[in-house]
Amino acid sequence: MDRKVYFKGRALPFLLLLPQLAVTAVFFLWPAAQAVWQSTLQQDAFGLSTSFVGLENFAEVVADPNWRGAAWNTAVFATSVAVLALGVALFLAVQADKAIRGQRFYRTMLIWPYAVAPAIAAVLWLFLFHPNIGLIGRALNAAGVMWNYQLNGNQAMLLVVIASAWKEVSYNFIFFLAGLQSIPKSVLEAAAIDGARPLRRFWTVVFPLLSPTSFFLLVVNLVYAFFDTFGVIHALTKGGPGKATETLIYKVYVDGVDNLNLGSSAAQSVILMLLVIILTVIQFRFVERQVHY
Amino acid sequence: MSTLNLSGITKSFGTTTVLHGIDLGVADGEMIVIVGASGCGKSTLLRIVAGLETPTTGHVAIAGREVTRLEPADRDIAMVFQNYALYPHMTVAQNMAYGLKIRGTPKEEIARRVAETATLLGIQPLLERKPRQLSGGQRQRVAMGRAIIREPKLFLFDEPLSNLDAKLRVQMRGEIRRLQQRLGVTSLYVTHDQVEAMTLGDRLVVMHQGRAAQVASPMEVWARPADTYVASFIGSPAMNLLEGWLAEDGAAVQLKAGPLLWFTDGPRPGGNGRPLTIGIRPEHVLREGGVPVDVELELVEPLGSETVLHGLLPGGETLTAKLPGMVPAVGSAMEMHLLAEAMHVFDASTGKRLEA
Repeated sequence: MDRKVYFKGRALPFLLLLPQLAVTAVFFLWPAAQAVWQSTLQQDAFGLSTSFVGLENFAEVVADPNWRGAAWNTAVFATSVAVLALGVALFLAVQADKAIRGQRFYRTMLIWPYAVAPAIAAVLWLFLFHPNIGLIGRALNAAGVMWNYQLNGNQAMLLVVIASAWKEVSYNFIFFLAGLQSIPKSVLEAAAIDGARPLRRFWTVVFPLLSPTSFFLLVVNLVYAFFDTFGVIHALTKGGPGKATETLIYKVYVDGVDNLNLGSSAAQSVILMLLVIILTVIQFRFVERQVHY
Repeated sequence: MSTLNLSGITKSFGTTTVLHGIDLGVADGEMIVIVGASGCGKSTLLRIVAGLETPTTGHVAIAGREVTRLEPADRDIAMVFQNYALYPHMTVAQNMAYGLKIRGTPKEEIARRVAETATLLGIQPLLERKPRQLSGGQRQRVAMGRAIIREPKLFLFDEPLSNLDAKLRVQMRGEIRRLQQRLGVTSLYVTHDQVEAMTLGDRLVVMHQGRAAQVASPMEVWARPADTYVASFIGSPAMNLLEGWLAEDGAAVQLKAGPLLWFTDGPRPGGNGRPLTIGIRPEHVLREGGVPVDVELELVEPLGSETVLHGLLPGGETLTAKLPGMVPAVGSAMEMHLLAEAMHVFDASTGKRLEA
């Protein structure tokens, strides 16, 4: 069956595409262009005059030790979130795949966190880990662990990583479960007959067959950690203590909104934009070359 | 010595019982074909032997060793799956080497055996390919290779040819048989195809609703089917099963369709009027030289070397005849002859074979 639809003129297809194009133009292209333009400008402290400075903002951003610190935080944060979210999701997916009864129940329960807004998720973890009122925070202190993420930078980082990963586990879980269920049962049985024990089977058969899924999720998780975790960080630590949990995306906000250094903030967001473009290109290239078993 | 012994195997899934006590002894080097319609429990039985399912009751012994509760890995068996179940991310060579590698076979030995097996199956040029680059027949060979390379005690085949086209199926059927005889490995082969069953098996297990209806050599199953199910399942077109009653003090049968057929191998027990089912293969319905009966023709299927005719007997039963050569359709009514000495006699209520 030929599903292609042919239009006689050009007017109708353009009209049909218009809403989508308009949304993209208004909410993405226009602000992006503004950011690029803004990144080449500098304002005086009172906002009275604006001058074109070329790439000077970029040079300043890259040379700024604070920005480099944020870049390092981002690397640590994104890697930890991705590894944690992928690892936990894979483990849960393998367990859910094994479950014969109640699979739908597990699946539904594990998907819920994805529907929770970042700020709500952050508050939830805050209530768990707050040193004075949090259930786990108090328990940790009672057990002799000096737990206070408001003072200890590493603990703050740990907390935002956990909260951010928790939200992403759901998404990864769905993909891993689908990936596991698409592996023919007979292939695993063949491996069992070939003498492979469950653990060996997992590493030599299941894991390689999941690798396309894993790679896809890795990129998605990195993008998520880079760009979508603002809400979690803002609600939990506001980038603190000090700048311990200030990631690149958070610094864009701090410099632009709090410090009103629009030129620098714009330059930083342009750098982030380039980063996401690169990740997307890698993703697309890989998807094209991807082996479908 | 690699024998296989099954005793009292039953299997229930919840309240459904799919196997009702299977006993089977397979001799060393013997090829047993388990044949039956889908849902008869044949695949479940094979999976129990493989260790992929646990029997509800009963015991499995391979080469005299009780393996009922052992993992598949500990049974020293190999299995060829219907969908081949090759590892998609490994090359042909890696697929075949996988089992050896897990058992810690030295590298040189693995390489030697992969080369040997590939030569045996004629797949040397494919060793570096991935399964998705292979045709159905080639995948089938690789699956065979993966099974024989380990030199297992027992081969299990789960409908290995049903995904191939008809021509390739015939060719692979021959290859499997030659290979099995050459290697002399005890084998269990599951199929729903009666031609495969007849040509491959030293003995057949005809399964029906979770029971072994008959365990015998192919020719025995064909010549002396144990009950009406086996009779109608083996042979193509299926055997005609006609209603009748014992007559002439057990010496003959009165068919509902009219004719009286005399038993040529002696009388059957029971009084006159005992209900019987009479089986006559389509091959044993002739144009002359038997007991005549009038047939109203419904359908003529010319197959070239033979012609299959479907018709109605007086009384409404259907009769299928397979006649050699071309038979011109001669109107709608035709006289055919039933070969009395080739008929099979079954009890009408139990369906069991009645010997003289």
